[in-house]
Amino acid sequence: MSNDFIIRKVAKPLVFTASLLPLAWIIWMVVLGDVGIGLNANPVEMVNRYLGDWALRFILITLGITPIVKVTGWATPVRFRRMIGLFAFAYAFLHLANYIVADQFFNWADVWADIMKRTYITVGMATFVILLALAITSPKVAIKRLGIKRWRVLHRSIYVAGIGAVLHYWMMVKADLAQPIIHAAILAILLGYRVVKLQRKSGRAKLHQSS
Amino acid sequence: MFIVQKKPSDAKSSEITPKSVFMNRRRFIQSAAIAGLIPGILPKDALGAGKGRKLDGIIKSSHSTNQKPTAYDLITSYNNFYEFGTSKDMPALMARDFKTKPWTVSVKGEVNKPGLYDFDGLIKPHQLEERIYRFRCVEAWSMVVPWVGIPLSNIIKRLDPTSKAKYVAFETLNDPMRMPGQRRPILQWPYVEGLRMDEAMNSLTLMAVGLYGEELPNQNGAPIRLIVPWKYGFKSIKSIVSISFVEKMPPTSWNLSAAQEYGFYANVNPEVSHPRWSQAKERKLGGSYFSPKVKTLKFNGYEEEVASLYDGMDLKKFY
Repeated sequence: MSNDFIIRKVAKPLVFTASLLPLAWIIWMVVLGDVGIGLNANPVEMVNRYLGDWALRFILITLGITPIVKVTGWATPVRFRRMIGLFAFAYAFLHLANYIVADQFFNWADVWADIMKRTYITVGMATFVILLALAITSPKVAIKRLGIKRWRVLHRSIYVAGIGAVLHYWMMVKADLAQPIIHAAILAILLGYRVVKLQRKSGRAKLHQSS
Repeated sequence: MFIVQKKPSDAKSSEITPKSVFMNRRRFIQSAAIAGLIPGILPKDALGAGKGRKLDGIIKSSHSTNQKPTAYDLITSYNNFYEFGTSKDMPALMARDFKTKPWTVSVKGEVNKPGLYDFDGLIKPHQLEERIYRFRCVEAWSMVVPWVGIPLSNIIKRLDPTSKAKYVAFETLNDPMRMPGQRRPILQWPYVEGLRMDEAMNSLTLMAVGLYGEELPNQNGAPIRLIVPWKYGFKSIKSIVSISFVEKMPPTSWNLSAAQEYGFYANVNPEVSHPRWSQAKERKLGGSYFSPKVKTLKFNGYEEEVASLYDGMDLKKFY
């Protein structure tokens, strides 16, 4: 069996299934709570936090792939980047859907008021729009249509989405910032790595020019 | 030499289930039920009290709502009590071994009977009442709680404040050894709260010492806490060790933390949004995932009893 075959037929289905486990778990918890076995004091809020947490985690995993590949020299994780990025979008979509359907119950006036008035929701919505644009342009055909250069520029907005997601989290917390700080620190490492690389690269280029 | 004499009926020490094992077994059964291994063993409505010491001589009150109280297990597992952790489920775990006996409350300031009162000295002279109140958190969730307590006005009358006393200030215990949440400066410790004297004297204002006919569980603010049912929950300060009668408006914890978000009055008001969320509706705890939110009532439905306290005040300004 070739390496490629293992990635496509074994590893990818495994990563796909694993990425669905958090969703399966929260559905299970809601069902148990609703039939009166589990204790879900506030199921809508629980689902909302949970899906938001996982959307953020998947964004951070997506952002972690390039540094891992560059540091270890092991290229295989790149093959999973699109799938994991799409899961970030999927969890963000469900997070938003839970807010619109279960929390606001399609009360579009209230949703709109929230987006306009509450800065953390404005930031969250903007982040979702970025993820949506990246999800739509994730198929190979989109690369062809946009051209690789433009596509790359567009997909660098995942950095902005990462910042937006952490900011959204940070701003909604009442007083205990421990969790937002941890996530912000991970994001800072992942983005900081790229900044350092870029500086070294431009430094080398300058050196090259002057010599 | 100290010799232990045993009666035949005494359990051998090997027969006594250690408390930790006993508790673990309870938790195992609960988690097994949650995991669906024993489906249907814990129907939501059957989750009653039966965990604390029973309180005697409680009378009913006409101030109680006839709404159905929220299940005991929800009231005791979904708590904002940052002294024991900032997530809702932490206080129930972290406060489990919190000792509330002995407990003293210091009474000071503009009052004729100041001093250190032990818990019984403060409570025993008064009649316990059950007060089933709506409880509305500033985070837009609510529950219905069968508190047991004493109208604060009865205690205040006995303590006999002077004419200079315009406000009552309360403090929570400050002891990071016993309250692990205080080891991090999430809020300024101790937690402090206050009421205007007329608010404190209102017949709805309660010093709660019990829940569901039993002693107050630790995670709900044992052994003694304030309940002001027409205000957001954060006004109802827990585990009180100090009551001061003061001339000037005292500082309050959430106002110190974020003044633009939390005012001194903190009256439940659907017309005045919190800067980060609407207060127009609330989610009643214990509902299904599919239960819609319900409309929040002005003064949490206690308008008739308390609206006159704020006559002529702009409630948008004094939020």
